[in-house]
Amino acid sequence: MTGRVAGKVAFITGAARGQGRAHAIRLAEEGADIIAVDICRDYDTVGYPMATAEDLAETVKAVEALDRRIIATQADVRDAAALKAAVDDGVAQLGHLDIVSANAGICTVQTWDEVTPAVWQDTLDTNLTGVWNTMVVSAPHLIAAGGGSIICTSSTAGIKGLPYLAPYVAAKFGVTGVAKTMANELAKYKIRVNTVHPTGVDTPMGTGLGGLESLIARDPNLGPIYMNTLPVEAVDARDISNAVLFLASDEARYITGLEFTVDAGNTIR
Amino acid sequence: MTGRVAGKVAFITGAARGQGRSHAIRLAEEGADIIAVDICAQIGTVPYPMATPEDLAETVKAVEALDRRIIASQADIRDPAGLKAALDEGVAQLGHLDIVSANAGICTVQTWDQVTPEVWQDTLDTNLTGCWNTIVVSAPHLIAAGGGSIILTSSGAGIKGAPFLAPYVASKFGVTGIAKTMANELAKHKIRVNSVHPGGVHTPMSHGLTALPGLIAADPQLGAMFGSALDVDMVDARDISNAVLFLASDEARYVTGLEFSVDAGSSIR
Repeated sequence: MTGRVAGKVAFITGAARGQGRAHAIRLAEEGADIIAVDICRDYDTVGYPMATAEDLAETVKAVEALDRRIIATQADVRDAAALKAAVDDGVAQLGHLDIVSANAGICTVQTWDEVTPAVWQDTLDTNLTGVWNTMVVSAPHLIAAGGGSIICTSSTAGIKGLPYLAPYVAAKFGVTGVAKTMANELAKYKIRVNTVHPTGVDTPMGTGLGGLESLIARDPNLGPIYMNTLPVEAVDARDISNAVLFLASDEARYITGLEFTVDAGNTIR
Repeated sequence: MTGRVAGKVAFITGAARGQGRSHAIRLAEEGADIIAVDICAQIGTVPYPMATPEDLAETVKAVEALDRRIIASQADIRDPAGLKAALDEGVAQLGHLDIVSANAGICTVQTWDQVTPEVWQDTLDTNLTGCWNTIVVSAPHLIAAGGGSIILTSSGAGIKGAPFLAPYVASKFGVTGIAKTMANELAKHKIRVNSVHPGGVHTPMSHGLTALPGLIAADPQLGAMFGSALDVDMVDARDISNAVLFLASDEARYVTGLEFSVDAGSSIR
């Protein structure tokens, strides 16, 4: 039985670890080859350690262990020229492009009055402009391929106004919106564009958000906004990958503009 | 490789033809046994011919051809006692219940001032109360099983205020809402509840809405709402079944309260 994305090529940003690595593995399990990028270095404004070159090498090992090809490069999604060079090189080597997972993102935790201009800008540049850049450099390849599937990683914070995450919410709401715009504009090329909206995920970023619990404890009225409805605190990265896989596959051939929550019922409270 | 819902039992309403038959076939392809009901009779206010006992027999044949078991009976989802009897009998024979597809529904087309009290009531009774009845009779079996997946068939008309379909919109918006409430209330039993939102689907019901093109043509300003982003008028029933299958499977173990649109991008306009 052939894999659900057999013969396809997927471009994944933020692929060194966490959700990005999980998507690379899940899509490779189902037959896809991978073009992977990650910045592989820290931000001054981000409180947890970010991915490293060793992390990206681990992702490469994991995909090759599944007998799939992977072209991995260090690239910053804020740098459209570098991103373009990475995907162009990947497509030159792997032959075509079918799937785009705009997954790279950062998160910082602070009250509204603790947001600095640098934190605001870094978050918007990475999580929103980075997604825009990813779509812009990828779309010509998908048009050339006669169609494709773009999956932008938004968040429950792209649907609800979560407190203590103001820049992150601004960026993720922006992702939700621009994905729908691109779904409308790229439809004529048979390119589908959808967003996935995870709740908390068990990843280095998810577990690295220090300060959130104490902020929630400080204001019991706002705390319930963070509660999931299913009795689980964080989902696994693979749960998000299962949604990405579905959207990437031909099973979703007529799905575009969807806000695909994988959130244990977080956004319905 | 085992099927994606192998060993599970699915209860499907409106299973005699159209989307319901398609869900029965798709789930059976992936290893599920089926409890199927349909009214198999005409409702006076509905302008197109509804399903017949012969249609239900065809669904039975299709599922048995896949080497799966199916218990089929005629039942009206507006009658909770009759529905409960049909489901209880199916569970007694097949052993347990894991999946519920509350799919049965009717549709009528008319301007707001053409809606009669009978049309209003029949639509609400079938599409919304029938859905509620399906949840109520099924939930005890899912609780006994330690969890499960309920999928309610709403519509693009359960997200946007589609013109010329007032009673249908009222009922489908209601379905969207009740899915979220039940997702919240049944979460503690590990039962997930989601809604699927098809746009136009190639089925006898859709093809029977013969008054719609004329109303759309007579009012281009409102008629434009019926367009879609992707260049397709209607999707296949199987496209909806692929979404139902995903939600029914363990790949969606943390997906609850989702509005799963499969509509070629018609609800994002």
